[in-house]
Amino acid sequence: MQMMKRMTFAGVMAWLYSVGAHAAAPSGLEAQSVAAAEASGGGMPQLDFGNPLMLAQVVWLLIIFGVLYYMLANIALPRVASVLDERRNRIEGDLEAARAAKAEADAAMEAHQAATARARAESQAAIANAMQAAQAEAAARNAELNARLSQQIEAAEARINTARDAAMGALREVATDTANALVQRLTGIRNEAAVSAAVQRELGAQGQA
Amino acid sequence: MAAEGKTIDALSQFELTHAFGPIGAAVNFTQSNAHMLIAAVVIVLVMTLGMAPRAVVPGRFQAMAETFYEFVENLVIGQVGHEGKRYFPFVFALFMFVLFGNVLGLFPYAFTYTSHIAVTFGLAFLVFLVTTVVALALHGKKFFGYFFPEGAPLWLAPIIVPVEVVSYLSRPISLSVRLFANMVAGHVLLKVFATFVVLLGGLGIVGPLVAVLPLSVNVLLVGFELLVAFLQAYVFAILTSIYLHDAVHLH
Repeated sequence: MQMMKRMTFAGVMAWLYSVGAHAAAPSGLEAQSVAAAEASGGGMPQLDFGNPLMLAQVVWLLIIFGVLYYMLANIALPRVASVLDERRNRIEGDLEAARAAKAEADAAMEAHQAATARARAESQAAIANAMQAAQAEAAARNAELNARLSQQIEAAEARINTARDAAMGALREVATDTANALVQRLTGIRNEAAVSAAVQRELGAQGQA
Repeated sequence: MAAEGKTIDALSQFELTHAFGPIGAAVNFTQSNAHMLIAAVVIVLVMTLGMAPRAVVPGRFQAMAETFYEFVENLVIGQVGHEGKRYFPFVFALFMFVLFGNVLGLFPYAFTYTSHIAVTFGLAFLVFLVTTVVALALHGKKFFGYFFPEGAPLWLAPIIVPVEVVSYLSRPISLSVRLFANMVAGHVLLKVFATFVVLLGGLGIVGPLVAVLPLSVNVLLVGFELLVAFLQAYVFAILTSIYLHDAVHLH
């Protein structure tokens, strides 16, 4: 690995140098141009690998980055994670509590609705019963009244019938008497039987016998 | 581009020097490493001091630390899956180290350590080593099947295997050169336009008026470089995650 790293590294650097160095450097002479660049102070300082500070820079980089990684991984990041976890748990707990409260409220609401529905049903049943009772009573009273009325009507009709019969009887008598009197006055003949039969016939023809 | 008098010298900003006086010189501690140290310290401080309140409802500082954490966590889990959680600290350290290196380099007088191919290649080679070791540890010999996709006709092996091997070996190169080239290009551009400001500013009465043009270009460039700084760190992290995905799942 180490060998490969060096080789890759050097290869990249040579390529980069050929790209980055000033155009005057003849191609194919990278090694010489590196030396030339060092001598003249031109070119990119980043590609001046002869500089001992370059290697030192990388060594210190690895040390500093290593320490940074160690401190982040073991001290800083676990703290952040714990704070975030704490918050997540707290939010979850709060949500859980809110959910429980909502369930409780829902249950109470349901109970309330059930009670309302029951009360409504009861009251409606009571109303229906009362109505039925009232209707039954009214019907009974009605029937009784009807019966009494029809009884009275019957009685009245009977009375009317007797009164009419009486009146009709009296009518025949009056008519016979009147007819007799008339016949006697007009003809001088008194034939009560024939007059009576004629009146009877006449009344019968008029439907009032 | 040799520096001589009033010419544009865009490359000397990348030169390595010693930091921390004689002590630094004794151990070859460069200003590049000093910036790495600053970045590492800032990263650790942001992640520890930021999370110090341990608040359920985070403040700004804590929210920033959490955002970094969750951003990279989502990235790793999204690419590698939940078994990738083990490698999250590694990707996180890489992302933050590259991001802070890129952003730190935009400050005046600061050094951009990600503009050194040695640094980016060092990191990329580290990624290469880690992914290869992970793949070997998880799959053993089966890992080498990675270089020959299942179901491909056997007579194609002489073509496919070298191609796959080369593409596998070139991963650290593309990974490192991408970051390196982006950072170098950005800083060279900034430097060139900054030099224009100085050179044009010296041109008599009209000079300062004309110099406003490259100055405004530089203002735009700084904004653009901020985007690039983040984007390149993101690309570095997501490619690392993709390589880890390949290592964990083999295709």
